[in-house]
Amino acid sequence: MTDNALTYCPGCGHGTAHNITMEVLEELGIGDETIGVAPVGCSVFAYDFMNVDMTQAPHGRAPAVATGISRTWPDKYVFTYQGDGDLAAIGTAETIHACNRGENIVIIFVNNGIYGMTGGQMAPTTLEGMRTSTSPYGREIESMGSPIKMSELVAQLPGTYFVTRQSVHTHKNVRKAKKAIKKAFENTRLRKGLSFIEIVSNCNSGWKMTPNESNEWMEENMFPMFPLGDIKVNGKLKQAS
Amino acid sequence: MAELRLMKGNEALAEAAIRAGVDAYFGYPITPQSEVIEHLMAERPEERTGMIVLQAESEVAAINMVYGAASAGKRVMTSSSSPGISLKLEGISYLAGAELPAVIVNVVRGGPGLGTIQPAQSDYYQAVKGGGHGDYKLYVLAPASVQEMADFVPDAFEIAFKYRAPVMILSDGMIGQIMEKVELKDQVERLTDEEITEKYGHWATIGKKGRKERNIITSLYLNPEELEERVNKLVKKYEKMEEEDLRYEMIECEDAEYLIVAYGSSARIAQKAVQLAREKGIKLGLLRPITLFPFPKKQLLKLSDQVKGILSMELNTGQMVDDVRLSVEHKVPVEHYGRSGGIIYTPEEILEVLEKRIIKDGSIRHNKTGEPSLL
Repeated sequence: MTDNALTYCPGCGHGTAHNITMEVLEELGIGDETIGVAPVGCSVFAYDFMNVDMTQAPHGRAPAVATGISRTWPDKYVFTYQGDGDLAAIGTAETIHACNRGENIVIIFVNNGIYGMTGGQMAPTTLEGMRTSTSPYGREIESMGSPIKMSELVAQLPGTYFVTRQSVHTHKNVRKAKKAIKKAFENTRLRKGLSFIEIVSNCNSGWKMTPNESNEWMEENMFPMFPLGDIKVNGKLKQAS
Repeated sequence: MAELRLMKGNEALAEAAIRAGVDAYFGYPITPQSEVIEHLMAERPEERTGMIVLQAESEVAAINMVYGAASAGKRVMTSSSSPGISLKLEGISYLAGAELPAVIVNVVRGGPGLGTIQPAQSDYYQAVKGGGHGDYKLYVLAPASVQEMADFVPDAFEIAFKYRAPVMILSDGMIGQIMEKVELKDQVERLTDEEITEKYGHWATIGKKGRKERNIITSLYLNPEELEERVNKLVKKYEKMEEEDLRYEMIECEDAEYLIVAYGSSARIAQKAVQLAREKGIKLGLLRPITLFPFPKKQLLKLSDQVKGILSMELNTGQMVDDVRLSVEHKVPVEHYGRSGGIIYTPEEILEVLEKRIIKDGSIRHNKTGEPSLL
């Protein structure tokens, strides 16, 4: 990480997700050979905090930008860091096709079920009934569709090698998430294709809760819809439990 | 040894890209330019030079793959036709904002909307006046032959890297599809990764090995003073392009009393019209802008002291004519003549228009304010 003070809201999971990603690169000794791609959304400023070369992508296009870098520098480590609006709404096509081609990159997908940067609008992963500024009476499935489960979706594609869903709200979960991110970059080293790490996270300011409340709410409401755990390992789908 | 081949404009451009040592091409099929990616795929450039060719899932993805590879210091290009270029404009604006070198080819077809697959020049505004959001310009090259489709690829990359800016080759369906003799240049070796690191490592995002500071490619500047400074830096680039890299061609202009301004496929038809006019004793000349930005403003202003009237010929309803009028500062009447829908005018048709509107009645219709009227 750089010395810049984090600009994320206190209590937000982004800082931890950034930190463990950078720790993994340091532990693997590959930070100087890594290029990160920042999205549009709260983590647009990821490049202020992550101490690696970074390119900031247009909204949703990070997997295509990463494809351009990775294809022309196949020996480098390339990752995207994207939120749910970026990855699962405006960038769905780029996400699906980068996964389908099995690009040799890592996608870190932070899912907090809301558009934080623009002030708390409905996201593709917003839960049913959840109130946001564009679903002020709660997300109504009939007219607004259902929350989309990207990890389950991309796991179906032959190009994904490792798909997992983690969280960073407890010490135990942070350790597991970090282990998953490490495995993802090791997959890049072994040219195994695409590793997709979803981190279900909170947005206490967007959800209009205290950090603690938001973490509890996340456990009670987000995890049933987005259950934690590995979905695809070493190119093989895990059996649904 | 240079090689003579009979090729379509699109194929010549694709072959020239391989030979120019381009690192990567990302594209999406669309008529009338699909021969570019088809030729590249058939030629196995990865085996010939190591050049990467990938068919993207959309024009949007393709331009962003270009953005990625360009941010990593590679020579990278894409091509499309009008509706596809509209989709790429977001990425093109980002390329300009983030100061990245790349080449974008537009083999123009008629619009708006899905329009037609026939040739047109109706994307002049889009190419020259920005197209995407924000204060930026593209350096725009307008080929008028299969030979120039090939030659302008290395030329475009030279400019792109000289200015760290996106460059557009604005062709059209006719130049893309016609077959002509073309002299292909010898193979230029691609830069090695070491050479790229040495040349562009001070800005490219290729991993910070050997550097203290990380490189960041972005177009986001929330501090107003900082963004204004960046925008002004772009303006300086464009001024330098105007000073150093303007290209145009003058045909039969020395003694011309009348002038046609035309680019690309229109310039070919105009050239024949000049010949027909000269046979009839009309002293007609042709100014062909080869770069549409920068535009030969000074040359036009100078010619306006010499000629009695100017006809701007474009396969659209009147776009470049604005730049012609601005250039001559109302010193001389300027008329536009165009066809659209994919219809191409004949040299005889042009001559007739010239005689009727500019020569025969000796004056241009003027509106109440005394300015030359539109058609």
